[in-house]
Amino acid sequence: MTDPESPAADRTSPLHPIHVDGGASFTDFAGWQMPVSYGSDLAEHHAVRTTAGIFDISHMAEILVDGPQAAQFLDYALAGKLSAIAIAQAKYSLLLTEGGGIIDDLIVYRLTDDTFFVVANAGNRYVAAAALKERAAGFDVRVSDLSDSYSLIAVQGPNSRAIAEATAGITEISVPLDELKYYWSTDASFEGLPLLIGRTGYTGEDGFEFYIQSDAAARLWAALSAAGEAFGLVPAGLASRDTLRLEAGMPLYGHELGLDSFPVQAGLGRVVNLKKEGDFVGRAAVEAGPPHGAHVLVGLTTEGKRAGRAGYSVVTDDAAVGMITSGALSPTLGYPVAMAYVDPFVLEAGTPLYIDVRGTRIPASVVDLPFYKRDKS
Amino acid sequence: MTDQTSLQYTAEHEWVLVDGDTATVGITAYAADKLGDVVYVELPKAGSVVSGGSVVGEIESTKSVGELFAPVDGTIVEANAAVDADPSLVNSDPFGAGWLIKVNFTALPTLLSFDEYSALVAE
Repeated sequence: MTDPESPAADRTSPLHPIHVDGGASFTDFAGWQMPVSYGSDLAEHHAVRTTAGIFDISHMAEILVDGPQAAQFLDYALAGKLSAIAIAQAKYSLLLTEGGGIIDDLIVYRLTDDTFFVVANAGNRYVAAAALKERAAGFDVRVSDLSDSYSLIAVQGPNSRAIAEATAGITEISVPLDELKYYWSTDASFEGLPLLIGRTGYTGEDGFEFYIQSDAAARLWAALSAAGEAFGLVPAGLASRDTLRLEAGMPLYGHELGLDSFPVQAGLGRVVNLKKEGDFVGRAAVEAGPPHGAHVLVGLTTEGKRAGRAGYSVVTDDAAVGMITSGALSPTLGYPVAMAYVDPFVLEAGTPLYIDVRGTRIPASVVDLPFYKRDKS
Repeated sequence: MTDQTSLQYTAEHEWVLVDGDTATVGITAYAADKLGDVVYVELPKAGSVVSGGSVVGEIESTKSVGELFAPVDGTIVEANAAVDADPSLVNSDPFGAGWLIKVNFTALPTLLSFDEYSALVAE
């Protein structure tokens, strides 16, 4: 979770003073001091599932890719076929190594025919930007790391659309939010400044992400918060963000994803487009596939209240067969859930599995991901 | 509300209230805040013999696990059933209703005073 290449080890968001005023406790995340909770991470979690939560995720990295060959370049640099997405559409993608490992997972928004906005994890900012710049050689394209000038605010939960629509200062929304589809974005203005709104998120709920220049982020946070008062909006920190994404079966880089995992092991085979024309970084390795018997990511549930945690072993009656990458007592479901990499042969055989919780074996069931799926009524 | 200045403390962020030969033990507000929302506690059964400094229970939050250490050698007299039923008491009232165990002891080791503990967490 640390970023050794980060020049500043103790960065704070432009919203930091607001979080301090709001009583947040902070955690170090990828060299940033970010809110972990504003008092009760459970209450924040439940608010996102039932009303709405507002998250400061300004530590995320924003990289602009523009130029006549931007689409062609991204088809080469990333695992997906970014040239196939429409203007205003977003796509989840992966930045792979030549060997098929995962450098980062990304969201790419297409802003114009030849302008793309790539959102990377904070901890991978420098390595992702460097890889893109290196891969840009030979393409008529420009790669610019704009992370220092952008902030990112997420509003997530069933009331998030009503809140965004009621927010003072947000105007000129190109696509009405009730018509905006999941993983699409729209241009807008906030107090006359450019605002990008994506119907995206990392919680398993409906929600929006707001990209705004950093010097206006505090005013946007305040406007969203004021509009949200009538809709049960609460500030939410990284602790609830983690339990929310875990319930939604969403991978976290450094836990479920890493340089030593192939997309297919993480259940992300569909993110790699082997049908697209031309070469792309990692194609040969992905086509060859991971080594025989490479562990695969599964969902596990257990009874009782004791949760398996990242790093705990998954075992059979006589052998260790895997390891948990994320786990918690699910606040929504009320029982422990975990994601784990497990030996595929053991899974195929249906051998009874246990998780080793600090010396106690607890029987575990393999379940389909996600653990939680919102009711899309 | 318990007077925190009258309690003794350990470097493991536990508080100890001594009454005769019984020590009531809980975790401090500082520790509860660091853990986040407590969702599960595992406490030793009454009658268990414990030795000072050993792990006798667990306090789990959504995001992590804390260990409960016995601050003294002794025998568990009672584990707080209310906390077992409602672990959030550890957050809402760590020095009161969120107490964890009562231990019957014969000798009390040197513990930290309120001032000493306050200095420790201020570091």
